[in-house]
Order: sequence, then structure tokens, then C-alpha cells
Amino acid sequence: MKPALSVIFFTVSSGAGLGLAIWLVLAQWGWAAAGGVPTADQPLLTVAGIVSLVLVIAGLLSSTQHLANPRNAWRSLARVRTSWLSREALCALLWLALAVLHGVLSQQGSSLVPWSGALLLGVSVATVVCTAMIYACLRTVPRWRTWHTPVIYLLHALLAGGLLWALLRAATGAAGGLSNGGLLLSLLALTLTVTLLYEAKFSHRVTATLNEALGVPMQAPAGQVQGRVRLLDTGHAHRTFLTQEFGFVLAREQARRLRSLMVLLTTVLPILLLLLAPPIAPVLAVACVLFLAGALVQRWLFFAQAEHVVRLYHGQSRV
Amino acid sequence: MKLGLAIDIDACVGCHACATACKEWNGESLMAGGAPDYDPQGPVPAGVWFNRVRHFEAGDYPDNRTLNVPMSCMHCEQAECVTVCPTGASYKRAEDGIVLIDPEKCMGCNYCAWACPYGARELDEQQGVMRKCTLCVDRIYDTALPEAERQPACVLACPSHARHFGDYDNPASHVSVLARERQGQSLLASLGYKPVNQYLPPRAQAQIPQPKAPPAPDTLKKRLASMVNTLIRL
Repeated sequence: MKPALSVIFFTVSSGAGLGLAIWLVLAQWGWAAAGGVPTADQPLLTVAGIVSLVLVIAGLLSSTQHLANPRNAWRSLARVRTSWLSREALCALLWLALAVLHGVLSQQGSSLVPWSGALLLGVSVATVVCTAMIYACLRTVPRWRTWHTPVIYLLHALLAGGLLWALLRAATGAAGGLSNGGLLLSLLALTLTVTLLYEAKFSHRVTATLNEALGVPMQAPAGQVQGRVRLLDTGHAHRTFLTQEFGFVLAREQARRLRSLMVLLTTVLPILLLLLAPPIAPVLAVACVLFLAGALVQRWLFFAQAEHVVRLYHGQSRV
Repeated sequence: MKLGLAIDIDACVGCHACATACKEWNGESLMAGGAPDYDPQGPVPAGVWFNRVRHFEAGDYPDNRTLNVPMSCMHCEQAECVTVCPTGASYKRAEDGIVLIDPEKCMGCNYCAWACPYGARELDEQQGVMRKCTLCVDRIYDTALPEAERQPACVLACPSHARHFGDYDNPASHVSVLARERQGQSLLASLGYKPVNQYLPPRAQAQIPQPKAPPAPDTLKKRLASMVNTLIRL
């Protein structure tokens, strides 16, 4: 699949913003249990809220860039009952409304904050899952149609948000607030495991062959059409929409290098930083940058490595 | 009704007349919204085609066969392109099963094209909306046309009668009979989209008798190699 930068940035940026909102709500529950937000922690609350909102809005704006006819984007809520894309749009709008409401309630120190927070947390998770299910529901792209897709999207959102939360907490000098170092390490270990499982699962997998796509058996009684099928001609002399959208080819060696880089950036290096370096703002800033860069590589590979079954009809022998 | 095509791979000669007739009828059709070419006389004549013919070869000589495979919208019973469409622009008609796009509602997100395993949907890069085969819905119901011409343009154009149009809900219809008698196949049936269009596989061919190749002469080199191999095995 063509790795569209607008969609890659959207999923990473919005994911980070939604993840940050989740950590923010968790921290607010902690403060509420302790009897209110201390003055020293107030800037953390405000800054984290703004950063989360900015990341989500930037992501959503970027996502509209990949529409060929954005004038009709408002119609995308029409098929919530069947389309994950529609569900995602609904969740994103609901999230924006809830985030503003929750922000106002938090500033006023309302007693409703834990409840509006619970709603915001639920919608944050739902939005990330809907984004992932847009891809995971497609039977045409074997590499996307797996339980790993929503799990990795959710873990990446939690990690990006969690690392940003740790950074903001250290940078604003908050005394209280949720200290999430241990949780982050467990999530990083889990992400490493799921990522390696995913890559192992698809390293040699063949889901469909050109023979199956044309219904030609490899062996049949004499005289019947049979044997390995190969393409003679695609019937077009130049690029088509299909070759542009689905024809992206990533060299295997390049893919291997990028996969290693991605695993290093998203999991190994942040784990080492959190384990070995003191949790001060500069260290956490480096961890954040490394992880977000790795998340961008992961999302780019997510598209670049995914093979659509229509490639079979363009001569690829298997997907 | 379950309208669709039966495509005879045995009869198709791969001439692209169906694809060309489709462009001629739908190129500026108001109903379909057009299948435009962006720069038809230019160096890169790219554009939207509702129907594309691809050419394959199966097997090895002397049992090899050329397969010309025209592919357009299969008007699937389980049309995932409709399921995934967020705006409601893609829809499947209840009365005859034709899958259509309302260009007034399409936002050009490409999601339906991702969901289609057959490459039947192509983006109109000028208008920013998705395009696809309409089964010539603006021909097949047009009572101003003589009855014999109320068929998709591709079917009428086919010089080798490899394309047939009809109602698969009616077991006595021309296409139902063909699909039954010729063991019609669905492409990529394993995905579960239940495509309506059926492909009639090539008929069995008479075998060309081949002279038996004489056994390779027993050369000294070969005998030595076999002796060495025997020694190694010991």
C-alpha cells in the first residue's frame, strides 16, 4: 500500500494526543483520591491538556489532507453502523467535545471531573481502536487483518502519551501527579513482545497465490487448464490508480533494516533510557523523540509492507 | 434480481473491445459521472477504466494456455466496499443488486478501493471522487433502446461472445444456465465477498501427442559421477 504521509502523521499524532489524555485522566483520579490538585501540580494539568488537544487536532487536520474531495468530509458520519471510518470520525468529534467540557470542568475544580474523565478515557480508547479497525477489518490486506493491529495501535498510543506525560511532569516540576515509569517499562516490554510476534507471523506467510486468484489448479487431469500462472501483460501501458495505490514495493533488505530501526527506536532504546538514566526532563525528551520517530517508521512500514490482494492480478505470484 | 455478467475465459481473445466500448459509453456519461482520461494524447495517458483486461499464461509448453481475464465490478452480494464507505456514497441497489457510487456524496477517501479485492474501483483524480462499473444501468433499463440493445456496452461490443449479461436470481436465465453448465467460478471466492459475476473456465483441450524423448546417452562423465555418488553413500 502507498504510505501516505498525511495518514501516517495523523495516526501517530492523534494516537499520542489520545494516549496523553488517558494518562491525564488516570492522574486526575489519583489527585481526586488525594483530595484535590496541589498548586504545584496545576501547570502540569493545564499543559498536558493543551498538548493533548493540539496533537489530536493536528492529526485530524492532517487526515483530511488525504481526501480527494474534502468538501464532503462532513458526510463521513453517515454510516456509523457499518463503517469503522465513520465510527472513528464520530469518536474523534465526540472526543473533541468531551475534551473541551472536561477541560472546563477541571479548571473549575468541579466534583464531576472524575466522571467526565472516565468518559474521556473511554472515548480515547474507542477512537484509537476505531482507527486500527479501519485497517484490521480489511480482508484484502492480510498483513492488516490480525489482532496485532489494534493492540499495537493502542500500545503505541499509550506509550507516546505516557512518555509525553513523564516528560511534561518532569519539565513542569510537578511534585505529585502520576509517576508512570514502572508502567511505561511494562508497556514497552509488552510492545516489544507483540511487535516481534507480528513480524514473526508475517515473515514467510502466503495468504493467497495468483493461481488461487484465477482459480487455476497447479495439477489437473490432462487437457484441463493447470500449472503455475504468470502474467503476460497487465493491459495498460502507463500507471493506473491501482498501481499507484497498491503497487508500492519495498526492497526486502530495506524493509529488514527499517524493521530493526523501528524496534530499536520504539522499544529497546526507550527501555534502556528509562532503566539506566535518571528520569529528568532532558532524558525523557530524548526518549519521547526516539519513540515518536520510531512510531513514524512503524506506521510507514505498516503501509509500505502491506500487500493488497489486487497485486496478484498485476502479476505478483503471492501475497 | 441479481444482475451480473458471465465471462467466458475460453472464448475471450483479449482484444480489449469491451474495455474500449465501456470507455466510449461511460466516458462522459452523466449517470456514471464519467471515466475520464487526464491527458489522452499526452506522454502518460492515464485515466479511469471500469473494466481492464489482463493477460496470463498457465502451465508450461506443451500444456500452456493463455488466459485473457477481463475484470470489472463483480457486484458482490457481500459488497465490503459498501460496508466500509463512511459517507453512504457507495450503495447496493436492493432491486437488482447493482453497486453504484453517488459522486455527490463521495469524499474521495479511497477506503472502498482498499476493500475491493478485484481492483474494480478507481479514483477520478480530476473530480476527486471514486468511479466504478455501473453495469450500464443507464442502458439496461432504457426503453427507448431496442430490447436487444438493453445490455451493458461491453457485452454488446464483445466480438467473440465471451461476455453475457443476465439475472442470476432466475435459474432459467442465459447466464444461470451458462454458469451451471460450464462450472462457472467466482474469483477469490475464499475472501467471502460472493461476487455475482461468474468466470467460465477454459474447456478441456485435446492433448497434442508428444514424441517420447530418447533416454539421455550414458556418458563416461555420468557413469563416473554415479560411481562417486555410490562411494560417498558408503
